[in-house]
Amino acid sequence: MSTVTTPTPDTGGLAPDADVTPAKGIGAKKLPIIFGVLTALLAVVLMRSSPSGDTTFQLAAGTDFVTLPDIVVPSGPTAWVMVVLCLALTAEAVRRMLAHTQQSIWIPIGFAVAWMTGFLSWAAADERIRVVSLLGGAVALAIPLVFGALGGVLGERAGVVNIAIEGQLLFGAFAAAVTASLTGSPWAGLVAAMVAGALIALILGLFAITYFVDQVIVGVVLNVLVVGLTNFLFRQVLAPNADTLNSPDRFSAMPIPILGEIPLIGPILFRQTPLVYVLYVVVALVAYSLYRTRWGLRVRAVGEHPKAADTVGIKVNRTRYRTILLAGAIAGMGGAYFSLVSVAGFNREMTGGAGFIALAAVIFGKWDPIRAALAALLFGFASNLQGVLSAIGSPVPSQFMLMLPYLVTIFAVAGLVGRSRPPAADGVPYRQQ
Amino acid sequence: MNDTDKPQPGQPEDSAGQTLTEPAPGDQQGERSRSVLRDIASGDAMAGVLAVFLAVFVGSVMIAATDEGVREAASYVTARPSDFFTALWEAISGAYSAMFRGSVFNYLLTEPAQQWRPLTETLKFAGPLILGGLGVGLAFRASLFNIGGRGQMLVAGGAAGYVGFQFDLPTIVHLPLALVVAMVAGALWGGIAGLLKARTGAHEVIVTIMLNYVAYYLLFYALTKDWLLKTPGSVNPKSPPMKDSATLPKVLGDQFNLHLGFVIALVAVGVAWWLLNRSTLGYRIRAVGENPHAARASGINVGMTYTIVMMIAGSLLGLAGANQVLGTVTSGVSLDLDASIGFDAITVALLGRSRPLGILAAGLLFGALKAGGFTMQASESISVDLVLVVQSLIVLFLAAPPLVRAIFRLPAQEAK
Repeated sequence: MSTVTTPTPDTGGLAPDADVTPAKGIGAKKLPIIFGVLTALLAVVLMRSSPSGDTTFQLAAGTDFVTLPDIVVPSGPTAWVMVVLCLALTAEAVRRMLAHTQQSIWIPIGFAVAWMTGFLSWAAADERIRVVSLLGGAVALAIPLVFGALGGVLGERAGVVNIAIEGQLLFGAFAAAVTASLTGSPWAGLVAAMVAGALIALILGLFAITYFVDQVIVGVVLNVLVVGLTNFLFRQVLAPNADTLNSPDRFSAMPIPILGEIPLIGPILFRQTPLVYVLYVVVALVAYSLYRTRWGLRVRAVGEHPKAADTVGIKVNRTRYRTILLAGAIAGMGGAYFSLVSVAGFNREMTGGAGFIALAAVIFGKWDPIRAALAALLFGFASNLQGVLSAIGSPVPSQFMLMLPYLVTIFAVAGLVGRSRPPAADGVPYRQQ
Repeated sequence: MNDTDKPQPGQPEDSAGQTLTEPAPGDQQGERSRSVLRDIASGDAMAGVLAVFLAVFVGSVMIAATDEGVREAASYVTARPSDFFTALWEAISGAYSAMFRGSVFNYLLTEPAQQWRPLTETLKFAGPLILGGLGVGLAFRASLFNIGGRGQMLVAGGAAGYVGFQFDLPTIVHLPLALVVAMVAGALWGGIAGLLKARTGAHEVIVTIMLNYVAYYLLFYALTKDWLLKTPGSVNPKSPPMKDSATLPKVLGDQFNLHLGFVIALVAVGVAWWLLNRSTLGYRIRAVGENPHAARASGINVGMTYTIVMMIAGSLLGLAGANQVLGTVTSGVSLDLDASIGFDAITVALLGRSRPLGILAAGLLFGALKAGGFTMQASESISVDLVLVVQSLIVLFLAAPPLVRAIFRLPAQEAK
């Protein structure tokens, strides 16, 4: 079976069990199937309750240099037009599949835009959708997810599974709040968050790399430890001294002069808090250095085949330590979002499972920094869309929207939506012979 | 010690030199999980005691560092060190004696029944921890990591709650029905992860984590709908209270909160012990956990075993959920019904070395920590979250005996 045909060793960690993995993936047939199901879903929803009235898409942010006009469309007909458009794109995907030509990246993008437009015209009938705040809010909500996912990607590419992203975010949020309150500078808080994230990574490394304890177990226990520790300190120290220890200055929005004036894109991407700009830089740096530098090659080598890396003189465990410390610092930065951007100050368990959505983004993004960042962005969008829709009283139950990232990830690891394949030595401790 | 610690057919090298095992390149995953479990299983008693000691020591440091009196005395410690040590002693001994009063025996009271009441509270808290620990531990034995305890409890608790307030039945039917429904719901939810692993190779850690959140939002949805779980006319996401016929009866009379859930947990320990050590299925579970390749070669259906063991694990966590809804908090199903037991169960299973009797002991210890923690919070105003810290530290230190030995400068363990 697959163990015979593939030369790679049986994978540990979070890799799918080679013995029960079907030898062949679902392949290029997935795209038309997914398209078909989604289009049918939209059509069924429209047939059950076809909306009357108009939907307004507001593109302007209010203070633009060039003000874009509102787009007012009749809800029902627009939604149906989008269903037809989706059908056309599905047909194109089927045609390409039958002709064995490459599926263009523009087909899924076009499909996503058409489907979402159709869905929004239905869900927001007689209402106004502020496109800028919908997408800009998604970017903001995705900050901790992207930071966490980048940290996760880096660690796992080096062969260390990090279930403790949640703990790194939470401890980062705690350290950021306290340090920013004491120093009066949110930037000092950000640095403290990085140190806090790296500290959790250090403990993870101590147990998982040096003492060969199962990485998943260490991660799970570390999450519990951080929850207990921050809750304890919050109740015993922060709550009684909230004025001095838990009242940080928030990062405020800082528009970038020229870029921020671009219609639509400017307000979404370039009128954010400084943390978002740091995020852009970090995503670019991680993606570049992982694939284009000697350091990145080494990281990937110890994650894929540590023995080979050791043979050519790379210090496997030292590389892993350095990588997860960096990864922890990046994940910790995401924690600063909670206590320095979202609200000012720390609160009990304020990360609310964001670390696990970040973990989901790592897997859905196939252990690639750019894809993982995009996946995190997508999950941020789902969560912001839920907020927007429940604010305008849409008929979609918000719980199902919030469930989406998790469901999508289950489908992803089960191979229904693209096979996710982790680094070969992910989660396997390296013992030098 | 006991029968479970004897070498068993499925794990002949259990007591053989653990320090000598080197993972073969072709079998890393199995080796890895097994060596972890073996480390936990055969780590010597000394390291275990020291692990608990270390964790308690860290807890004491945290108490001392955050205590007002200690910090005041510390500011003039060079002038009057005796003040500092008195404050230190008062803070730490106060905390631990409060824990003892809350978990075992309250010597401040006079009436014997009231004096021993804390012990019954410990047993009450231990019940669901034992059930959950068995669910996680059983999966461990098949080399599966069930982090989905929370989701399994939420789904099962919701289902049991629905039966508990919606139907009007005599107790003899109602209570068993609610328990069975909880077990079935938990089994189905847990079975998803097992089935996906068997069919697609999806890793159960990821699937169970994600299913926790799916379960949370499903229950949330159900708690906002009148036709499902919501109390009609109420704005809170909470169900109506359970009917008396569906609640777990109090075992020691109405003056104690201890309910039948603890007895169920004891029965479950016995059943799990029999299942693992005396049944064919248990043999298969252990064989798959030891080496799935060898198990497959000897004709065991590995995928089927994964699915079944996850269903059994789910049903045990389902019972833990029912224990909460039908016994501990009968005022109605709410979103926090799992009371973090789903995650505590992981630490219980790890501390109990995934063996039923070990889990029983670990469940009792953590139950005592929980019961004592609440008393400590009430009387000494030290946050109960300290218990979480101590629990997780115990498990961390226990998982890495070499670290504990290094801290205490003990000689490295010799190969047996």
